[in-house]
Amino acid sequence: MDSPVSSNSVSRNSYRVFAVVWALLLLFPLAAPNNFILNLGISWFISLALAGSLNLLMGYAGQISLSHAAFYGLGAYASGVLSAKFGVSPWLGLCAAIVLTGVAAFLIGWPSLKLRGHYLAMATLGFNVIMSVLFVELRGLTGGPNGLVGVPSLSLFGYEIGADIRFYLFAWFVVGLLMLLVLNLLDSRMGRALRALSTSELAAKANGIDVHAVKLGVFVLSAVMAGIAGFLYVHLNNFASPENFDFVASVMLLVVVALGGTGTYWGPFLGALLHVVLPEALRAFADFEILVYGVSLVLVLLFFPGGLSGAIARLWRLVGRGAAR
Amino acid sequence: MDGSQILQLVASGLVTGSIYALVALGFTVIFKSTDAINFAQGEWVMAGGMIGAFLHVNLGLAPLLLVPVAVAIVALLGLVSERLAIHPLKTPSPMLLTLITIAVAITTRAAVMLTLGKAPAGLPSFSGNDNIAFAGITLPPQALWVFGITLAVMIGTHVFFQKSLLGRAMRAAAADREAAGLVGINVGRMAMWSFVIAAAIGAIAGLIITPLTLTSVNVGLMLGFKGFSAAMLGGLGNLHGALLGGLVLGLLESLSAGLLSSQFKDAVAFVVLLIVLFLRPAGLLGRASTERA
Repeated sequence: MDSPVSSNSVSRNSYRVFAVVWALLLLFPLAAPNNFILNLGISWFISLALAGSLNLLMGYAGQISLSHAAFYGLGAYASGVLSAKFGVSPWLGLCAAIVLTGVAAFLIGWPSLKLRGHYLAMATLGFNVIMSVLFVELRGLTGGPNGLVGVPSLSLFGYEIGADIRFYLFAWFVVGLLMLLVLNLLDSRMGRALRALSTSELAAKANGIDVHAVKLGVFVLSAVMAGIAGFLYVHLNNFASPENFDFVASVMLLVVVALGGTGTYWGPFLGALLHVVLPEALRAFADFEILVYGVSLVLVLLFFPGGLSGAIARLWRLVGRGAAR
Repeated sequence: MDGSQILQLVASGLVTGSIYALVALGFTVIFKSTDAINFAQGEWVMAGGMIGAFLHVNLGLAPLLLVPVAVAIVALLGLVSERLAIHPLKTPSPMLLTLITIAVAITTRAAVMLTLGKAPAGLPSFSGNDNIAFAGITLPPQALWVFGITLAVMIGTHVFFQKSLLGRAMRAAAADREAAGLVGINVGRMAMWSFVIAAAIGAIAGLIITPLTLTSVNVGLMLGFKGFSAAMLGGLGNLHGALLGGLVLGLLESLSAGLLSSQFKDAVAFVVLLIVLFLRPAGLLGRASTERA
C-alpha cells in the first residue's frame, strides 16, 4: 500500500499555531457544559496521540502498520495489570508500558520493516492477531474476554486524577508533549530522512541514510507513543477490554489518519476529532448508525481523497484567490 | 493421539482451508486488477451465506437451487459497490482504494444487518446428513461438496483467465493499463468485472460453508482476514498461491488446535505465518519480483 507522499515541511509557523491551539484547548473545560463533553475532550487527546503517532509512520515514513492497536493495548495492559494485580504504582507502570512497547516494537519491527507494502501490512496485522489472542487467553493476568477490572486511577502529589478536569489537564500535558515531540522530530535531520525515504528508498540510501535504522527508529517511537496512549486509556477508564485493541481497531486507526489527511501535521487533529465526534453525532440514527457511518466514510474518501486537512487547504486557497481578485 | 485422529484433523483442516482458499482467490482477483486489498471480501462471504439462508427459510428454495440466485445477488452487490464507491475516483491509488473498501465493508455489513437481521442463520447440507466413513475418518457429506466446489471454482477461474477473451483482457489491463487501453480494452470496465467475480467467489464460499458452521452478520470480518492471510501466505496475486495458502492456513489452524491448544490456535497459526513471511518475503509461491515498493 503506497501512501500519498506529502511535501509539506514543518515551518516555524507550525510551532506558533501549535502553541495557540494548545493554549486554546486549556479553555475547553470552561466551555464544556458537563462531564460527558469533557470526557469527549479527553478521548480526543488519546485519539490524537494514536493518530499522530501512526501518521508519523504512515504519512511521513510511508510505512504501513496494522499493529498500532496492539501497542496501544500493550501499553494499557502493561500498566493496568501491574497496578491492578500486583499493586505497583501506575508511574512505574508507565515506565513498564514504555519499555515493553518499545522492546516489542523493536523485535517485531526488525524483521517486518525489511518487508514492503502489503507484506509489511500482513506482518504487522499478524502481530496484532497474536497480541489479541494473548490479551484474551492469558486470563490469569488480563481478565480474559471480560476485560481487566479494578485498575486504579492515577494520583499525583496526593491528588487523585479521576475522570474529570484533572485528567483533562493531565492528558493535555502528556499529549501536548508527545505532539510537540513529533513536531520537533519532523523539523530535524530525522524528519528530513523520513520524507526522503518515503519518496524514494534508493535515493535516500544513496544519500547515506541508513533506511532500515530510520524506519525501525520511527516504528519504535510510534509504538511507544501508542503505548503511552494506552496508559492514559487504562487509568482513565479503570478498565481494559481486549476488543479495543484487536486488528479491527488497527484498521480503523488507519481510516482515522486517512480521514484527517495523511502526511500532514494537522491531519490527525481533524481525524481524531471525527473519530470522537462522529459516533456520538450518529447516535440519533439508532439502528442505522453503522450504515450512515459507512456511507459517510465512502463519501469523505471519494470527495476529499486528501482527507479533511487537504479539503481545508483547498478551501483556503480558493478563498485566498477570491480575496486577491 | 493415533494416526486416524491426525487424519481427522487434516481432513477438517482441509475443509476450512478450502474456504480460506476461495476467500484468498477473491482477494487475488481484485488485487491483480487494482493493486488494492479489498476489505469487503469477507462481507461478501457473509452476505452469500445470509442471503442463502434467507432464501431457504422464506422462499423454501432447495440448497442447490438457491446457490445460483444468492451468488447472482452478491455479484450484483459487488457491481454496485464498484460503480458507486470505486469507479467515481478521479485519481485512484492502491492506498485510497483499500481505504474505500473498508468503508464499503462497513456499509455492506450494516445493510445486511438491517435487512436480514443479526440472528445466526443456517442452511441444510446440500445432500443428506449421513456421515461418510473413509480410512478411519468420518466426514459430513457437505465436506465433499466443499472440496468439489472449491476445486471447480479454482479450475473455472484458471480457465477463465487463461482462455476467455474477458479474462485475458482483464489480465492485460492488470499487466499494463496504458497498453491495454491502446489496444481497445476498456480498462475501467475491467476493474468492475474483477469486483463482480470476486463477489461471486466470496458468495460461493459463504454458501458452501454455512451448512457446516452456521453464519451470522459478524462472520465476515474473521473470514475476510483469514482469506487475506492465506493470500499473503501463498503469494499475493497468484491463483495457485491462493489455493496453497488457504489449505496451509487451514491445516495449521486445525493441527495446532488439535495437537497444541485450541485457545492459542490463531496465535500459533500466525506465528508460523510471520516466520514464513520473514523467510520468504513474497509468500510461498511468490517471486521476489512481486515485492512492491
